[in-house]
Amino acid sequence: MAIGWYLVVSALIFSIGGAGVLVRRSPLVILLCLELMLNAANLALVAFSRMWGGEDGQVFALIVMVVAACEVTVGLGLIVAMYRRQLPIDVDDLRELQG
Amino acid sequence: MAAVLFFIAAIGAVSGATGVVMLRNQFYSVLALVFHLVSLAALFLLLRAEFVAAAQVIVYAGAVMVLYVFVVAYVGGGEEVSSRSGMSILGPLLAIALAIELCVAMLGTALKGISGKGAPYVPGFGTPEHIGRLFLTKYLFPFEVASLLLLVAAIGAIVLARRRRGLEPDEELVTRYHPPRPSWTGTMAEAGGMLHFDEPDAQPEGEPAVGSKQ
Repeated sequence: MAIGWYLVVSALIFSIGGAGVLVRRSPLVILLCLELMLNAANLALVAFSRMWGGEDGQVFALIVMVVAACEVTVGLGLIVAMYRRQLPIDVDDLRELQG
Repeated sequence: MAAVLFFIAAIGAVSGATGVVMLRNQFYSVLALVFHLVSLAALFLLLRAEFVAAAQVIVYAGAVMVLYVFVVAYVGGGEEVSSRSGMSILGPLLAIALAIELCVAMLGTALKGISGKGAPYVPGFGTPEHIGRLFLTKYLFPFEVASLLLLVAAIGAIVLARRRRGLEPDEELVTRYHPPRPSWTGTMAEAGGMLHFDEPDAQPEGEPAVGSKQ
């Protein structure tokens, strides 16, 4: 398959993830949609790495996975802390930081 | 054959992503993301990135998703009420515009390699040996920074999710603790308050306890 097809799939996944971040209200699902966007970037990195025949893109895909794992742990820690303080698990209700 | 596999994996990845966004139950969203990640690993395999595919399945679909499932079970994610704000209409429109724009930008580019099948295959491309060699020579600094970032994230998650005193007012601390021995003797578990003695009157006050020096 041509490399362009992989990039089209990556663009589709990225925009689906972006729509999820905008539409959904639960912070847990928003984290899942962020994962989708990071994975789309990963797919593009690996496709470009195949295009050039070098493994540098794959190395950075692995580093993106590390960053995603960090983001997940901190985000899930925040959600657990919100649950413990009995705050609403809803991004539309959590507007204290909006001023 | 590669084209058939590509379309199966691509349709799986895109439908998994759509499922994450569309499904109302959070648990089903997590399962849809697992399906998406496995399909994406198949795409990585087609791109001859075998180590990245293996890491995707083991780290993402294995470890990170287990963490998600734990938190969904802990928080008790039920059905989510759909948003009443204008974002529920504006968001998909914005996403469609973004997808069209990205496709036009990438397919209309002057990159000649996009329409090709990629560079000629070198034996050993994408194996753990090559990736590890790159990680320890050319990209040593990002590798070390990634390990530091993991450490910071682990500590941050523990600090965020830890049980703080005073957060739950109805849960009273165990203060009724009568040490059966004089101070600075006994086991560490007793000193830390791990052992609770339900009958403190079983040993009269003032009388030296069993095992002490007096």
